[in-house]
Amino acid sequence: MEKTYKIKNLECAHCALKMERALGKISGVENVSINFMTQKLLIEAEEDKFSDIIDMARKAVSKIEKQAEIVQN
Amino acid sequence: MKKKELANLFLSFVVLIAGVLAEHGIFDIGRIFNVSFRMEENIILAIFLFAYFIVGGDVLKTAAENILHGQIFDENFLMSIATIGAFLVGEYPEAVAVMLFYQIGEMFQSYAVNKSRKSIAELMDIKPDVAFLKQADGNIVKKSPNEINIGDIIIVKAGEKIPLDGVILNGHADVDTAALTGESVPRFQDVGDTVISGTININGVIEVEVLKRFEESTVSKILELVENASSKKAKTEKFITKFARYYTPVVVIAALALALIPTAISGFDLEVLSIWGYRACSFLVISCPCALVISVPLSFFGGIGAASANGILVKGSNYLEALAKCGYMICDKTGTLTKGNFKISKIYSVTGNDDEILHIATIAERNSNHPIARSLMDELQNRDSGAAMEINRIIQNDRNNSNIEEIAGCGIKTMYMDKNILVGNEKLMQQNNIEYVECNEAGTVVHVANGGKYLGYLLIQDEIKEDTPSAISDLRKLGVEHIIMLTGDAKDIANNIAGRVGISEVYAELLPNDKVEKTEAILKESHESKVAFVGDGINDAPVLACVDVGIAMGGLGSDAAIEAADVVIMDDKMSGLVKAIKIARKTMIIVKENIAFALGIKFLILILAAFGIANMWMAVFADVGVAFLAILNSLRALHLRK
Repeated sequence: MEKTYKIKNLECAHCALKMERALGKISGVENVSINFMTQKLLIEAEEDKFSDIIDMARKAVSKIEKQAEIVQN
Repeated sequence: MKKKELANLFLSFVVLIAGVLAEHGIFDIGRIFNVSFRMEENIILAIFLFAYFIVGGDVLKTAAENILHGQIFDENFLMSIATIGAFLVGEYPEAVAVMLFYQIGEMFQSYAVNKSRKSIAELMDIKPDVAFLKQADGNIVKKSPNEINIGDIIIVKAGEKIPLDGVILNGHADVDTAALTGESVPRFQDVGDTVISGTININGVIEVEVLKRFEESTVSKILELVENASSKKAKTEKFITKFARYYTPVVVIAALALALIPTAISGFDLEVLSIWGYRACSFLVISCPCALVISVPLSFFGGIGAASANGILVKGSNYLEALAKCGYMICDKTGTLTKGNFKISKIYSVTGNDDEILHIATIAERNSNHPIARSLMDELQNRDSGAAMEINRIIQNDRNNSNIEEIAGCGIKTMYMDKNILVGNEKLMQQNNIEYVECNEAGTVVHVANGGKYLGYLLIQDEIKEDTPSAISDLRKLGVEHIIMLTGDAKDIANNIAGRVGISEVYAELLPNDKVEKTEAILKESHESKVAFVGDGINDAPVLACVDVGIAMGGLGSDAAIEAADVVIMDDKMSGLVKAIKIARKTMIIVKENIAFALGIKFLILILAAFGIANMWMAVFADVGVAFLAILNSLRALHLRK
């Protein structure tokens, strides 16, 4: 299952790279791409664990950039 | 940019200046009041610390938090260590200045990023907000485009965006398609014409029957495409990502080594530690790859934005990169090099009565949907609208077309006014023993006979797009060495068109499978240079899928093209390819400039700092100054034209 989200308050380009790497490490995630300029997150992950994965992704993102937040596209 | 942050920067700057002045003895109150030297030093330190905490408080706080999250290579943390180190070795003004410039740099970065995000949004400001629905009782109500259904009738007044794709029922208007196609000349659209969502009605009032729901409409498809564009990243971007991943740790470890090794060798002499510690702090200041990490995607983003402002949609920065290196351009013929609308280019009449042949041929072909039949009707309409109306009446009255006989592969046989009409190719004439005049020109030849008497023939040719020949020669000038035409059409037609547009490599009479095979062969011989295919997006999917860059023409109104291709040229012109390649090349130049500049300066300052030649001021330039200049440079990509 593939879904696109928006990352609000994504201010630092370097952080976007780190987030991309961190999200890629979450188990069950097949593909991640963060576009710093459009603040878009594209995530492809196993369907049945999808909401858990998104929860973990939210935590990972705010760990890297405090104000950054994954929101519905 | 928040006012408070700006005020903090300013205050810190003023205090820094005061500190520097105090250090140089300008406020040397000690001499007047005879206060001890030691005391004065502490006051100066206090002044600098005050300036430091005003500007760097947030950085220190974030650094502390990130360390708790286990992020050692965090730039806030590294900046904090570098500046604290500078304080420890007694370089107070440097410590404050590094923090100050770092913050100014950050502020500028987020300003530049927001600014370019906004200008892209403006470029893509094609989303219609309202639709005016005409209800059954004739009342007009304002609705969101989302709420409109297929078959609803909407009213679009002058100056409004057309909210949904549809067909005009009433009225006519000039329609501005510039936002979608980059084309500045408005199109005149009348009853029966299809209008596209996202275009602007300039001057008329039109009533439109909606053909597609909003999610399916052209404007939604385009927005979706552009917004998701850069999920496919260019190789250069991936390289930067990888580079960034190793750069910071390597520089930090080098800094540690720089501080510790000479100190250890000297037997932990504090003097030595202070000299090399300072150099190590300079390293930490340069350890963020920000300039690269931000300017490279920004340049690509700008390039994609500039392309869409020119009516060219690019689905990812990797395609921009490939376009810049395009050495093979494979072109489909019909609908790409040519308009795909067949037109009568010559009428040969035995009796000298051109209209008669046209009239007879149109009667025979009246029931056909083939493009050739349509071209006959169009021509007749232009020359003799009365005759065309009469034929329309025949169509109305004789719905089952009882007396039209299609002879497969030959043409049509029919009765009209008690005479036998034959319309078709040479074979049809031969079968019916009619002597005909041969035509040696490339194109589709339609012979016409009435009551056993040969009347003459019509030559029907596909029109070449006006800008095709110049676009082909421009492509060659840009260094696209191989321009190849693939077509399913007959050899002589293919060669004729190729000759007229300036293409020498032609492969004709290809089935769809042959096209894929031929393309694969070209891919094999292409080596480093990239292979692009350009078609009209119809039946091209397999070829579009196998090349490096699949380009579709005429995205307006063709969802298939938008979906299948990597690059969509909205205005249907071959010159769009030239524009696309130029924008791609310029973007790549900007990207490379930024990489070379940022890496060059950083490595230079790292080496100079290691030998104690560069100080922290230079290091802060290598970090913030370089990022600043690289960002300014990448913003140029946004404003590329052509």
